[in-house]
Amino acid sequence: MSTRTDHDLYGEGDAVEGAVFTAAGGDWDQVVADAAALGEERIVVNMGPQHPSTHGVLRLILELDGELVREARAGIGYLHTGIEKNMEYRTWVQGTTFCTRMDYLMPIFNETAYCLGVEKLLGITDQVTTRANDIRVLMMELNRVGSHLIALGTGGMELGATTVMTICFRERERILRFFEAVTGLRMNHAYVRPGGVNQDVPAEALDALEAELGLLKRGISELEKLLLKNPLLIGRTQDVGHLDLAGCMALGITGPILRSTGLPHDLRKADPYCGYETYDFDVVTRDSTDAYGRLCIRIDEMWESLRIAEQAIARLRDSAGEPVMVADKKIAWPAQMNVGPDGQGNSLEHIRRIMGESMEALIHHFKLVTEGFRVPPGQAYAAIESPKGELGCHVVSDGGTRPYRVHVRDPSFNNLQAMSVMSEGGLVADVIVAVASIDPVMGGVDR
Amino acid sequence: MADEKDTRDQEHQPARTDEQKVDTTHAQETGAASVSAEAALPDTGAARFDTEPRRVGERRGMFGTSSGNDTSGYGGLRQPILFPGTSPRPYGGYFDAVVDALAEATGEVFEAAVASVVVDRGELTLHVRREHLPTVARALRDDAALRFEMCTGVSGVHFPDHAGAELHAVYHFQSITHSPRRVRIEVTCPEEDPHIPSIVGTYPGNDWHERETWDMFGIIFDDHPALTRILMPDDWPGHPQRKDYPLGGIPVEYKGATIPAPDERRSYN
Repeated sequence: MSTRTDHDLYGEGDAVEGAVFTAAGGDWDQVVADAAALGEERIVVNMGPQHPSTHGVLRLILELDGELVREARAGIGYLHTGIEKNMEYRTWVQGTTFCTRMDYLMPIFNETAYCLGVEKLLGITDQVTTRANDIRVLMMELNRVGSHLIALGTGGMELGATTVMTICFRERERILRFFEAVTGLRMNHAYVRPGGVNQDVPAEALDALEAELGLLKRGISELEKLLLKNPLLIGRTQDVGHLDLAGCMALGITGPILRSTGLPHDLRKADPYCGYETYDFDVVTRDSTDAYGRLCIRIDEMWESLRIAEQAIARLRDSAGEPVMVADKKIAWPAQMNVGPDGQGNSLEHIRRIMGESMEALIHHFKLVTEGFRVPPGQAYAAIESPKGELGCHVVSDGGTRPYRVHVRDPSFNNLQAMSVMSEGGLVADVIVAVASIDPVMGGVDR
Repeated sequence: MADEKDTRDQEHQPARTDEQKVDTTHAQETGAASVSAEAALPDTGAARFDTEPRRVGERRGMFGTSSGNDTSGYGGLRQPILFPGTSPRPYGGYFDAVVDALAEATGEVFEAAVASVVVDRGELTLHVRREHLPTVARALRDDAALRFEMCTGVSGVHFPDHAGAELHAVYHFQSITHSPRRVRIEVTCPEEDPHIPSIVGTYPGNDWHERETWDMFGIIFDDHPALTRILMPDDWPGHPQRKDYPLGGIPVEYKGATIPAPDERRSYN
């Protein structure tokens, strides 16, 4: 809420007539004027940006009439880090290091959307190898499970159920362990690169993943048993956060929220990329248009993701040893990473080659790493189905070694607009449920 | 290029729709440029049926900064940035159907509204004159043959050298009825008059996207219900994603060596 004093805090220090509201952000003047016009009956509550149940640094400005929310607005921008601007000052490959940090719960998706855009600009979409695509699919689907687990876990925590959170984080850890084994990092991998992926998935990592998958499934079943029939949870989520198909269409909502209206729109089926058309899976829908439906969708999508992941693992077993980067040496990253005695680094074989055998290989490595490759001028838009909805990436090149402009259409950014429609007219406690069912991640919203 | 910008024919700038004048302005501009090959290149909008590439700007030198630390001798390099020009029919795929349906839905406005149709990298781009954007957007959404139900946002692009059309707003539309159809609408406006009509009336979901583009590029979306900053603080000066806005950052010192900020660094670009 705005602070109300008899002194203008930002003024010269002299007392002024009447009450002074000091507030920053959005249309506060309007909010304050409206509140004043209605007398003292309505309370304007400023929830966040630092609040344990607003899903990150999200600020909700709620106008309350008792327990009822009359008007709700979202204030964002607290996590704006200028990633899009920063990417304009780095090479195309370095861009993955930045965009992976946007929505930090779905790093693989950010990277893939960006790389698909760059590949479209380069015209090498068809040259990306099958194995690279299978790896991308495997990583994305596991990342989807991880993201949904966080959505449920934090959502549960915001409702006061810490057990849900501990189960979800425990299960997500299994996926992060696999990510760490493959990419070297638990999050912010910069693993998917234009032209393929950074390095191959080792067979041992697949073994470890398969050993964990059974436990992961058991964990998700446990979660299902804990949540789906729970009368408290049903009471809190059913018929809460209502948004029908017309509302979704108007607001451009995608992802589980759209599918909770019964529309089976999923880009993996509608406009396949990375070879999704060759995988066997179903699009999960519900028609309850409420937070409970979205929760069910997220759980069922995890099962579908694991189904895809198992198919991908089988394919990766078959295609072991095949390249994971395009053959074009002018684009493909020259080195492969390897784990040596002093940690992860360039593979010794590669170092031996460039330092001991071939001067040209050294020059090539140096040029590609410091200068990067040039991308023909033009623009492209690549969209993928992220756990939260359509993640689009608009990339513009001026023919240089750096992106001229990268814009990411983050699903959370768009979907968060639905917060007010979902929560106005409801109780203040239901705002939390509505926001949790949108599952916004502020790193992606603010970029 | 900065001095060329100052000598630009200011009088003719707002009259961007008058194609002849833009052409003259451009000819004057390229006349001053050092590379002769450039003079033959056409400007955007000027050539409706011209399949020649559009020149949207110029790349200079080979290294990142302009602060005089490029000692390579390549600093004088000047290359035009050429974007794909108007495509000839047939466009291929569903693109012909979309363009035909749009022509039918908008009627006589189509000729005036759509400056050029570009098919590049398997994507359809319609360059729409800004005053007709709401009409086109409404047709895209409502016409049964088009039915682009979703606008997946607007992305700004700043081309400081693209005289008379420095700011581009790029919209992406997606059809669910006719999935997986997509179309891109590109609208430009000059820096001196950064106004583009809002399409929030047709696509309410574009609300925040337009606010973001206003925040980052300073494009004013007319008739937007509440065009305020969204990511930057309300009192922030300038529009951070414009090309003339510095990246910021401070030099990093480590053991006596100083690494300049990324936009001051000597690096390839």
